[in-house]
Amino acid sequence: MSNRLSPFLAVMMALGFAFLYGPIASVIVYSFNASRLVTVWAGFSVRWYGELFANEQIMRAALTSFEIALMSATGALILGTATGFVLSRYRRFIGRYFFGALVTGPLVMPEVITGLSLLLLFVAMEQLFGWPRGRGISTIVIAHITLGMAYVSVVIEARLSAFDRSLEEAALDLGARPWKVFAVITLPLIAPALVAGWLLAFTLSFDDLVIASFTTGPSATTLPMVIFSSVRLGLSPQINALATILLVVVAAFILISARLVARTRRSAGS
Amino acid sequence: MAATIALEGVVKRYPGAVTTAVDGISLDIAAGEFFALLGPSGCGKTTLLRMLAGFERPDQGRIRIDGQDMQDVPPYARPVNMMFQSYALFPHMTVFDNVAFGLRQAKRPNDEIAARTTAMLDLVKLGALGKRKPGQLSGGEKQRVALARALVNEPKLLLLDEPLTALDRKLREETRFELVRIQQRVGITFLMVTHDQEEAMSMATRIAVMDKGRISQLGAPDEVYERPANRFVAGFLGSINLFEAQVRATAPGVLMLESAEANAPLSVADPRDLAMGTPITLAIRPEKIALGTQRDPQWVNALTGIVHGVAYRGEASDVEVALASGKIVRVTAANRDRRVGNALTVGQKVFLGWPREAATVLAS
Amino acid sequence: MNTLTRGDRWRRRAVIWLPYGWLLLFFLVPCLIVLKISLADQAMGIPPYTPLIADGQIQASIANYQFLTSDSLYFFAYGNALLFSAGATLGCLLIGYPLAYGIVRAPLAWRNALLLLVILPFWSSFLIRVYAWVGLLKGNGLVNNFLINIGLIHEPLALINNAFAVYVGLIYSYLPYMVLPLYATLEKLDPALLEAASDLGCRPAQAFWRVTFPLSWPGVVAGSLLVFIPMCGEFIIPDLLGGPDNLMIGKVLWDEFFNNRDWPVASAVAVVMLVLLVVPMGFLRRFLTSDRA
Repeated sequence: MSNRLSPFLAVMMALGFAFLYGPIASVIVYSFNASRLVTVWAGFSVRWYGELFANEQIMRAALTSFEIALMSATGALILGTATGFVLSRYRRFIGRYFFGALVTGPLVMPEVITGLSLLLLFVAMEQLFGWPRGRGISTIVIAHITLGMAYVSVVIEARLSAFDRSLEEAALDLGARPWKVFAVITLPLIAPALVAGWLLAFTLSFDDLVIASFTTGPSATTLPMVIFSSVRLGLSPQINALATILLVVVAAFILISARLVARTRRSAGS
Repeated sequence: MAATIALEGVVKRYPGAVTTAVDGISLDIAAGEFFALLGPSGCGKTTLLRMLAGFERPDQGRIRIDGQDMQDVPPYARPVNMMFQSYALFPHMTVFDNVAFGLRQAKRPNDEIAARTTAMLDLVKLGALGKRKPGQLSGGEKQRVALARALVNEPKLLLLDEPLTALDRKLREETRFELVRIQQRVGITFLMVTHDQEEAMSMATRIAVMDKGRISQLGAPDEVYERPANRFVAGFLGSINLFEAQVRATAPGVLMLESAEANAPLSVADPRDLAMGTPITLAIRPEKIALGTQRDPQWVNALTGIVHGVAYRGEASDVEVALASGKIVRVTAANRDRRVGNALTVGQKVFLGWPREAATVLAS
Repeated sequence: MNTLTRGDRWRRRAVIWLPYGWLLLFFLVPCLIVLKISLADQAMGIPPYTPLIADGQIQASIANYQFLTSDSLYFFAYGNALLFSAGATLGCLLIGYPLAYGIVRAPLAWRNALLLLVILPFWSSFLIRVYAWVGLLKGNGLVNNFLINIGLIHEPLALINNAFAVYVGLIYSYLPYMVLPLYATLEKLDPALLEAASDLGCRPAQAFWRVTFPLSWPGVVAGSLLVFIPMCGEFIIPDLLGGPDNLMIGKVLWDEFFNNRDWPVASAVAVVMLVLLVVPMGFLRRFLTSDRA
């Protein structure tokens, strides 16, 4: 393909990126606005950042969200890696086809249905077994693990499918037992995918409003819930400040993991 | 001859596959042999190799190594190592760590690991590259690391899966000699799988030619080439001309034949005493046919035809000659003189001939 | 791998059954419960629905489903969800295709950076991206202020709480999901095909319509499904950007559940939504797993 962009394409791309980044940029710019009115510029100020950190409700929710995301990403990573491994390595076992169908379920299911169905399950379980007693962090974590593991498994399976099977066979052939092969050969080689999968699950959990709203109880309020109710009441420069912080953190995460992936691609490039 | 490797009626079917991958193979391989499994892709040679390594399990039959049944022995516990076609070098480990991997798994003492790994790297002439990662090696170096990594464990059997295919042509020819030298030095039994007949013939002491999951012929390279047992082997190892013929008469050690395709009486050295009229297939390799612009009165088998096509290859030329019957005979003529401008032209009349001993009779 | 010791076999079983069991319990069973509760009646108490089996008899009724057909609100909300999603999918395609195509044709050194730029918003908070549009579109928002300042308009335009805002929100939020599969298929396209087309007398535009576009069809389908399905269940966008006339079924389900506390009707809404989406979901599943075969 001749590496020349036609003027039409170049303009379309510029417009596309402007469309993607314009709104985000406006949020960031107005987080430094001195005025309470989010949409009228009145000079540079960082006061909303100060107020944000003084806002106990938001800080508490952020901590809760962080805690939930940490646990669900870790759980999703373990279950998702196992799933990806099973799908790409275990060709035959009873119910394999059904398993494959089940894994993609949470990926294609609309969030409102996932949230509703999990809530109904938790209620039914509480009735039958007395567990979980009420809903809160633990039920959100279970819900987020279910969602996250599906995403992680896609990432891991893609990596494992591209993985040269004979590397594992060579290790077996040289006397390493299957469990050891996984630890010494497979895991180190898919490490970037593990990091990417964990980050993906973390972000999904940290960002989720719908599923968490269904599966939470009075004890746990996550950050998206606070943002949502505050946005419903009207715009607030504190939310702009919060959004800016989140965007910067996410961008940093992405850049780090992109470099990680690029580096391993180079070292594994054979 | 004490067989170290014994295959007894080994069968492997893959679920869902129409054909049987390996269809009842029995084979003994002696200690110290360099054995080759030769065949086209899909003939079952790789499956057989993987069963020996322990990656696949035979549906029927037994595999024994030094008399010990391997049926329930997992790959990591077998006294067998493999050199993979892709080499399968661990990209996140150095050359040294790759080679030392098996010894570490066997929990050898550290100084022994260091000594044996270093010695093996020296043997394959990679002593200076121990600290490199596989990504920093050339194709030939990778190949030698893969060999060293397998050999250092001193297995009873080394499996080589298409060991030279990934190398370029020139390196491949040099490596053939190198592999044979190393094999003789270490004295380990080598079993190689290849689809390249030249590779098999130039390195192996014995060759099993495989077709559709069975062994078509087993023998030393020259036996398999000069006395192919059947059409498949004859055609797979180089090119060959086949004549359908009937036995016209027999003399001691000689069959007199007539062939509508050849348009001339033929004779071949063969000890069998076949009845008159028995249909046989006569096979003759292109390089064994003499070609001339005049008839040589000494030729026993002499045919006449016209040149149909010429392909100049440098050291020799391949000539297609059309006989009166329409049959095309292929002849390889060595280019002995430096005459530029080929003497043969398409449509020219030529004479072909060969001695009785040059051809062979195929069983089927 | 068939030759395994007993310990290995146990570990293998654990590796299979841990995620399998999890998904059965936390994905399949919940779906069945939704189906079950959609057949129950609303009741006072906790949980607010009648049991399926009472007095040894199965108490299933299709009353909730009949209710859905009796009120035009639901019909309207389902139709709106499908309509908005289809329109926004088309919008994503129109914006996303040139973007993906442009990235593929950009110099190699730029390609990864540009792709990263597309992915970046997709990782950032969904809610905040919708929030950004509230700030842009509302009566005294940035767009209106800008247009008034340059004198183009004198009265603020009604940009929010209408269908326009919903379309903008949907397209904006789901655009990256469209670009990624398009990019993946376009990138795999052999450049020699375009050279061959040009060699055989195709002008660049013809070559695009006769070679590139037909070959990128799998990416178009995958991307469209990938955005269409979640759009249909969308709640946040119609809630924050839509008006009372722009109900989508995801919002109806939410309201039914949180405001009316009518769990059986919410379940019935969910079941009908699943039935409507089962065909596209099946197709999407095939696309997600097609590399696996």
